[in-house]
Formats: sequence, C-alpha cells, structure tokens
Amino acid sequence: MLRYTLRRLLGAIPTLLVIVTLAFVLLHAAPGGPFDSEKRMMPAIQRSIEAKYHLDEPLWRQYLRYLSDLARGDLGPSFQYRSTSVNEIIAQGLPVDATIGLTAMALALSVGGAIGINAGLRRGTRWDYGSMALAVAGISTPVFVVAPLLILIFAIKLHWLPAGDWVRGSPSHLVLPAVALALPYTAYIARMMRASTIEVLNSPFIRTARAKGLPLRLILWRHALPPTLSPLVSFLGPAIAGLLTGSIVVESVFGLPGIGRYFITAALNRDYTLVIGITVLYGVLIILFNLLADLCYAWIDPRVRLR
Amino acid sequence: MNSPTSQAPGLWRQVLRRLKRQRMSMVAAGLLATILAACLLLPLFSPYDYFTPHFDLLSRAPMLAGGHVLGTDPLGRDLLVRVMWGCRISLAVGIAASLVSVLIGVSWGATAGYAGGLTDALMMRTVDILYSVPFVPFVIVLTVLFGRELWLIFLAIGAVSWLDIARIVRGETLSLKQREFVDAARVSGVRGAAMIARHIVPNLVGIVIVYATLAIPTVILFEAFLSFLGLGVQSPLASLGSLVADGTSEMQGHPHLLIVPALFLAAIIYCFNYLGDGLRDALDPRDG
Repeated sequence: MLRYTLRRLLGAIPTLLVIVTLAFVLLHAAPGGPFDSEKRMMPAIQRSIEAKYHLDEPLWRQYLRYLSDLARGDLGPSFQYRSTSVNEIIAQGLPVDATIGLTAMALALSVGGAIGINAGLRRGTRWDYGSMALAVAGISTPVFVVAPLLILIFAIKLHWLPAGDWVRGSPSHLVLPAVALALPYTAYIARMMRASTIEVLNSPFIRTARAKGLPLRLILWRHALPPTLSPLVSFLGPAIAGLLTGSIVVESVFGLPGIGRYFITAALNRDYTLVIGITVLYGVLIILFNLLADLCYAWIDPRVRLR
Repeated sequence: MNSPTSQAPGLWRQVLRRLKRQRMSMVAAGLLATILAACLLLPLFSPYDYFTPHFDLLSRAPMLAGGHVLGTDPLGRDLLVRVMWGCRISLAVGIAASLVSVLIGVSWGATAGYAGGLTDALMMRTVDILYSVPFVPFVIVLTVLFGRELWLIFLAIGAVSWLDIARIVRGETLSLKQREFVDAARVSGVRGAAMIARHIVPNLVGIVIVYATLAIPTVILFEAFLSFLGLGVQSPLASLGSLVADGTSEMQGHPHLLIVPALFLAAIIYCFNYLGDGLRDALDPRDG
C-alpha cells in the first residue's frame, strides 16, 4: 500500500509539470501583460515594476524560476493584489470552498444514496420511474440555473434564508450554496446507486443468503449494502473536478469569497501567478482525490490488487 | 452505410425498433425536433430581431396580446426571438464541438488500440495525464486571452472533451482487432490507416453515436457555463447561458427573463440525456 502510494505520488510529478508548462506557455503566448492595461504608467516605473517581478527576464529564466519556487511550495506574489502572495489568497479562499464542497458532498451522498437504493429495491414501480425521471432532471439542470432559482424562491420571495454573502460559522449562509452545488451530484449518485443495487441483488451471493433462509433485513443490511456502496468510492475522484467547476459558479452567484471567484478576475487581469497557482492547486486536488479513491477502493474490496 | 457485415441493415432496424418501444426516448426525440424546427424557423418569420432595442417596450411581462408572446428584455427586445437564437447557438456549439471531440477521440482511440505495443502505451499514458489536467481553468484562460470567437469556443471545448471517447474506442478496437474479418482483410492486403478507416471505425459507429449523443448535453452545459460567466458568446448575440445570466440580474422584478431561457436549456439537455440513454439501451440488448 505504502509503495503504491509513493509510486502514484511520484507519477503525479510529470502530470503537474504538464499542467504548469501548459498554463505558463498559454499565458505568456497571449497578447498583453499584467501591467499594460492600467492607467498609463511612466515607462521607467513600468520597467521597474516588471523588473521587480522578473518579467524583464527571458521566458525560460522566468519558467525555471517559477518551477524552483513551486518546488519549495511558493506560488509567488500576486500581480493584481500587490501586497499579498498567491499562497495567502489560497489560504483565505480554500476554507470557504472546502466547507461548501464537503457539505454539498455529504448532502448528495445521503440524499442521493437513499433515493437510489430505494428505487433499486422497488425496481419497476412508480417510485422507481418517478425518482429516476427526477434524477435525469437533476443532471440536466445546471448549477447556474438552480442557484438563482433557489435565491429567487427562498431568499427573495419567502425570506427564509440569506441570498448570499458569507458569515463564517453561520449555517444559514451555507444552506443555499450547498444545496445548489449538491443537486447534480445527488442525481448522479441516485442513478448510480439504483444500478448498483439492482446488480448486487441479482448476484449469486444474495441468492445463497436467501437460500440459507436469512431474514430479509439481515440480507439487505449486512450482505447487500456494502458492495452496493463501493461504486460511490470510485465516483469520488471524478466528482472533485466537477465540484471545483461548480464552486466557481456558486461563488459568483452567491458572492462568496472562495478561490473560484478570484480565478476569473485573475485571468481577466493577466495575473499570471494567481492563474497558474490556482490551476496547479486544482490539478493537485484532482490527483489527490483520484489516489484517495483508488486506495479506498482497494481497502473496501479485497479483490482489488494495487500494482 | 458501408458496414462490412452483411447483417448490418437488420441490426439497425432492430435498434430502431427497440428505440421506438422506449416511450420517454421517443418523447425526448420529438421535443428536440420541435425545438430545433422552432429555433430555425421562428426567427425567420418573426417581425422582431434579436438586436434592435425598443425603448418604449422595456421588460414587458409575457402576454399574448401585443405580439411579444414571451415578453421583452430590459432593452425591449423580443424574448422569444432571443431565446430561439440562444437555442440555435447552444445547439450549434453542442453539435459542432461534439463532432470535434468525436473526430479526435475516435482517431486517437482507434489508432492506439489498433497499433498496440509502445504506441498504445504512450498514447494512453497521454490520455491518463490529460485526465488529471483541470480543463475548466484552461478553457477559461483560453477564451479570456484569445478573444471570444465562436469557433474558438467550439475548438476549445471539443479539444478537451475527447478523452472519454478515446478510451472507449480503444477498448472496442482491442476486441475488434481479434475478429476474423480483420484477419481476412489483412490477408487480402489491407494495412494500417486503411484498415482502421474501412474496417475498424465502421464497426464503432453504434457506440460512437451513443457517446456523441451524451457528449452534446455536456458540451452545451459547458458553453452555457462559459457564457454565464461572460466568457462565451458576446452581446447582442445570446446563447442560453448568457440569457440565463442576464435573467439572473433581473430576476427580482422580472422572473420570466430567468425562467424562460432556463427552461429551454434544461429541456434540451434533458432530451439529449434521455435520447442517449435510450440509444445505449437499444444498442445493448443485454439487460432486456
């Protein structure tokens, strides 16, 4: 297990290099620089600012400098927010993203899991068709449609919940963003759990348990449930990428101070270091969650061999 | 179609028959055809266009009298015509970008699967690496930095969404490669690219159609996401995503500006998802 983890982590290094290089080349190939668009600066001042951020050096020197800083975990200074570093911006924004993301995931897992297993157990009934039609509707309704509708209904019309803003530790500010973010995942998970329930119930070991005369409740809870849940684990990896995308929308609709909102303005302002820094962070998160999913999978299912 | 097997027409007729039996899929197909026809025809026959402001008719609510069936937007433009144009753009982006991704995915996957060995290993390792690349930031950066041209959006979305198709096509190719007709073709002198183009790819049509149908809604969502953030289609032209974004800022006083485009967007995606699922079941009769 440990050797496998180490090998996977080493294998992530070329992937990260590809991400950094792609982002670096893309940003520097684009016309315009971070300090061009501002009010006309005196050429001497512009030159001195560019020298301060090493923008006057040849590109390959900047690239190597960035890589060596990155290796030490330093994502550099932000060009746009002059006095703060990219690390500080991420450290401020990430807890917001993590809170909303984890709440949404917990919501999606519990609600989606319950709906899906229920539909699978009652296959072919009205429950099944109804919840699956709802699930396709959930998958088809994008976060940026759900989020404003939730605000319209629960904040503007009913005045039950705040429409946005962020107060740390206030659950009522968390509800609408988390629900909006969770909806598509609830739908995915419901569909996945239905298929998995049907597959498990049709498998030979359930027939054996029935033949032994075990009570139905015992069969369902002890024998059927654990293997039914195992596809959820492998879903975790890909889900994180979608969650990051979703959080960009949720943050801009609800006006939350997370990372996603910074990203758009950073790209618009040619804030090279902030853009690359956030891209690298996303890449690291995707790689880590995929690894975590594979490890959990092997832990749950003894037939999986990590090589 | 020039499928190499003689029972091909029979297969497709069977698929069509199985598809027709799925009521939801047929409803979805009918609804999609209606939306497609409406968005192509309505702007031609409507007395209004999508770009001329009318300052005497700002933000009218939907009403049957007065000609503006779905009302007008804050600049007095007919909402129905704008939504129809939005459907045109969204469908065009969805179909064009899916074609790009199918083209890349099929050629990549079929080549890797057919070549095997080191070529296969290298090509699939590339796909593995690209899977971990967070594409959303890249597409955002691309559209921000290199202008917001429509063709660039096609290309950018198509270029990042071919990975799934490449993997599936490679898997299918690996098993097709072992079949007798491939041996027969090889004995009669067919090699390399010709083999892939004439004997492997035609047999992938079914699975590719399914994944292309399921790729279209993903792409439409992605374009809508970009337009929602203001990075996609630029005003006065509108896509469903930018219409939803405009509606969001007006929803307090005029909720129809949000609800109408949102409904059309959800309906289009819902239909493609149902149709794709139906096609998959029809092509794969295993579970009845």
